[in-house]
Amino acid sequence: MLRAALKSLMGRKVRLLLSTFAIVLGVAFVAGSLVFSDTLSRSFTALFASTVGDVVVRPEGAGDLRNGPSTRTVPASVVEELRPVEGAARVDGNVTELGVFVVDGENKVVGGQGPPGIAGNWSDAPAGHGLEGLSIVIGAEPEGRDQVVLDVSTAERAGYSRGDRVRIVTTGDQAVLNPVLVGLADFAQGGSLNGATYVAFDTPTTQQLFTGGRDVYTDLWVTAEDGVSQEELRDAVAQRLPEGVEAVTGDDVADENASQLLEAITFLTTFLLIFAGISLVVGAFLIVNTFSILVAQRSRELALLRALGASRRQVTRSVMLESLVLGVLGSTIGLGLGVLLAMLIRLVFGRFGLDLSEQPLVFAPRTFVASYAIGIVVTMAAAYLPARRSARIAPVQALRDDISMPETSMHRRFVGGLVLVAAGCGALATGLFTSVDRGGWFVGAGVLAVLLGVASASPVLSRPFLRLSQRLLARVFGAVGNLAGQNSLRNPRRTTATASALMIGLALAATMAIVGDSAKASVDQTIEENFRGDYVVSNLMGQSFSSRIGDQMGALEGVGTVARQRWAFADVDGDPQGVGASQRTSFEGALGLEMVGGSLDDLATGTVLLSDKYADELGLAVGDDLEVTFNNEDLTYPVVGIFADNPILGFPVQTTLATLRDAGFPDRDNLLVLDVAQQSPALQERIEAVVADLPIVTVKDQAAFAEEQRGPIDQLVLMIFALLGLALFIAVLGIVNTLALSIIERTREVGLLRAVGLSRAQLRRMVTFESVVIAVLGAVLGSVLGVFFGIAMMYALRDEGLEVISVPWDQIGAFLAVSVVVGVLAAVLPARRAARLDVLSAIATD
Amino acid sequence: MTEQKHGRPGAVPAARVRHLTKTYGSGQALVTALDDVSLDLAAGEFTAIMGPSGSGKSTLMHCCAALDTGTSGEVYIGDQELTRLKDKALTRLRRDEIGFVFQSFNLVPTLTARENIVLPLAIARRRPDAGWFESVIATVGLGDRLDHKPNELSGGQQQRVAIARALVSRPRIVFADEPTGNLDSRSGGEVLDLLRSSVDGHAQTIVMVTHDPVAAAYTDRVVFLADGRVVHEVRDPDRESVLEVMATMSAPVAR
Repeated sequence: MLRAALKSLMGRKVRLLLSTFAIVLGVAFVAGSLVFSDTLSRSFTALFASTVGDVVVRPEGAGDLRNGPSTRTVPASVVEELRPVEGAARVDGNVTELGVFVVDGENKVVGGQGPPGIAGNWSDAPAGHGLEGLSIVIGAEPEGRDQVVLDVSTAERAGYSRGDRVRIVTTGDQAVLNPVLVGLADFAQGGSLNGATYVAFDTPTTQQLFTGGRDVYTDLWVTAEDGVSQEELRDAVAQRLPEGVEAVTGDDVADENASQLLEAITFLTTFLLIFAGISLVVGAFLIVNTFSILVAQRSRELALLRALGASRRQVTRSVMLESLVLGVLGSTIGLGLGVLLAMLIRLVFGRFGLDLSEQPLVFAPRTFVASYAIGIVVTMAAAYLPARRSARIAPVQALRDDISMPETSMHRRFVGGLVLVAAGCGALATGLFTSVDRGGWFVGAGVLAVLLGVASASPVLSRPFLRLSQRLLARVFGAVGNLAGQNSLRNPRRTTATASALMIGLALAATMAIVGDSAKASVDQTIEENFRGDYVVSNLMGQSFSSRIGDQMGALEGVGTVARQRWAFADVDGDPQGVGASQRTSFEGALGLEMVGGSLDDLATGTVLLSDKYADELGLAVGDDLEVTFNNEDLTYPVVGIFADNPILGFPVQTTLATLRDAGFPDRDNLLVLDVAQQSPALQERIEAVVADLPIVTVKDQAAFAEEQRGPIDQLVLMIFALLGLALFIAVLGIVNTLALSIIERTREVGLLRAVGLSRAQLRRMVTFESVVIAVLGAVLGSVLGVFFGIAMMYALRDEGLEVISVPWDQIGAFLAVSVVVGVLAAVLPARRAARLDVLSAIATD
Repeated sequence: MTEQKHGRPGAVPAARVRHLTKTYGSGQALVTALDDVSLDLAAGEFTAIMGPSGSGKSTLMHCCAALDTGTSGEVYIGDQELTRLKDKALTRLRRDEIGFVFQSFNLVPTLTARENIVLPLAIARRRPDAGWFESVIATVGLGDRLDHKPNELSGGQQQRVAIARALVSRPRIVFADEPTGNLDSRSGGEVLDLLRSSVDGHAQTIVMVTHDPVAAAYTDRVVFLADGRVVHEVRDPDRESVLEVMATMSAPVAR
């Protein structure tokens, strides 16, 4: 008996846990993202501390990493100038270059896309606060053109050891280097290159390679004597600096670097928090459902309590207490899972080169407070409705046979739901079609309101669907189908609440699918309409490459013209803005610029063209001046022409190559568009041969280029599937839970059906049909809402260059198909349970 | 023991029980529910099984009805021996050969009266024989209430639906477990009349477990069980003869 009692208790616990699972997941995402971002922000500054000196002397504005090291440099004479400064222990000149990559034996770039490839002159200068910076752990310092030092991790990843010849590709004129690896460097006191690769030569070689042989540095490190603070030293150094050069403390530089990386990672935290939100909303639905069923099952017991004199409030309180326990339990498990999640993210980041394994996880008090608060509040709020309803059970019902729970009127729910939907649509429209502040919040709140409204109205809304599926099942599958259909109609609130979990997930997935598909279609359309060349040459990393490549390709027989496009980052009106540059002839040729104002003929060095939309935005016309800040240098360019927005060019400000050169940007291209007389594989081969030993530069035809442009969107689509997977998972749990509870509730009926001759297989089929009906209902509602959201969103984005609205019906069809599978899977356990029910005891229960 | 007043033509047994023993638990906690019971249930006969609580009458019925299995011994429905059958065959047997009427009606609440009645046939994917269905409906006397759901019917009406469900597949034998237990005396009388008339009119074999001497008086034969054994039997009982036996049965315990 005791064992039986324990078993039933465990059974119920498992069931309750099942319903809290979504809460557990939600809390886990919250806790995981909080722990991870706390860990990051605490450790980042530390990570960067050993990569900067006490005081950094650099050309003004060189801190803007978007453009890489500036072509503007610090003359070597400044080093001598600063040596006598009081408090300065030593002064070292650094030459740093980005876009220098190590290639492994299989012609693959180490580090792949993303982390930068850094090259520099070897220096044993200590980092700030007396920390040892990079130091040689094996071998010797590099000397002369033929020797190089790599950081340990890069050498490991590339498979090079001391004495090997290392293949290095650069964006400079000498594109490929082949020096001998003479030493390996590592951070002696902790520190990380965050996945970047590091290559070091001796100073003269670096200058020859990257500064055109001039005796200049990209920056200087000034090391403080003991007892001299970074600020004191900075102030002392600043007095001796020539015009255009600034001194910054190492701490400030470390913060600058750290915050730029942190910003990139915020995206991940946002993503996790969105997941958390979805889980919690869906979880709330499951909890409402579970508690409704549990309370219904215990209604006789609760009525008895009322008959024995318990007040309504006491009954409510007893149910709420149960939900509190559940909330605490769910939050605790969620918190634990969140820590695991944070560790997992740390691991994944380590794979991508951001090694945080030395950093302990940071548990801020707010992580605990937020996790428990969210978990408990959501659980208890969700349990409140069924708890209140349970208190309305009349005491006299303890004496009756059939107890029905008092339910809120479906009509009232329906009307309330419709009001919520209307309000949600209003908020959605406000967020999407007006320029209200924080439009994103309006959109989010609108979507949530519509989802909740539909969920609330769906017991009435879904009745036609449920009736139809009942008829269909009865027609096709006879009595078993009829029973299943009737079961799903029996308690439409329960059926639709269960389906809502799937509805929410699928609505979001379908929305994203439409946005992704439309974006892809827009990209294709744009490229088809605007792409006039035959081949595109670009750098895998989106970084620049030597202008010689373009020269060599232009000299090939069969290649007509080579259009160059260069990019630079500037500030316009205080906002960051990309600026593109090409030859004038290319604008009308391969790049296909259509002028709507002014004339291309007027484009000369020191003038710019603006896209029509951007000109509108700034309120500028031909003849006005555009003020641009390049690397802290304010420049003014007259606007000589307005062109129709051209997506191939990417940036709305275009100028000549010489303009950028004058503004201090190196003679390097970001993109080449080749026009050839006749496209042929042989010609493509010859073009590719030019960059054969430069694996970072690739040649693509129109189709491949379009493919590449679609890449980021494909990543988005991948995220959709992660979202969908999560939604399906939670929905399966919800359906399992509801079905299992329903079957327990209908034990006697199941026994009766078995007694009158329903076979186990038929019984399993009945449960499965019911499950599939629930899943398909959720999928249909979700898809309809998703298509609605998606199209609304795409309408709002029409002005942003995403003109094509494309609904991926095949994908949405696949969602529906998957929902059938979900229904079948979710039914497996409850169906088996029902089939295993002992007929006799099922009938005997009184 | 008891003389046979009417030699019934259908005296071929619809079900037979041979040396059926059923025990629960083991060792000191061993409970014997049925102790070497042998019994013939003749076709076309209305049999009542009576006995005090714990006498094993429900267990006996459950074993006969393929809902439960004995520890040893055999049960036959027609020529089929139940103890050797697997779940699938038992299910089919229940569906095709056996009808049930329960104390608490046990109708499927989502189905109408008509759907409940044809449920066993629908599960077997068979069409009801129209003539037979009509005659069952006529006997049960539900008339215009066939398209109502169970919760729109009175207790007596629900039980009549349950009986119609048991009869509609023309089972070899119908088992009724205290069919009047939840009904007032008038509805109970109607239900018993219905059972009686289906025996008389359609030669249906019915076995009923009951406490009630009045209900037992509707039957052809009453079998008394005590402590898991058949202790007595009355043919063509009336209320008084049943009460008499019940009184003698409690007597030895009193002595």
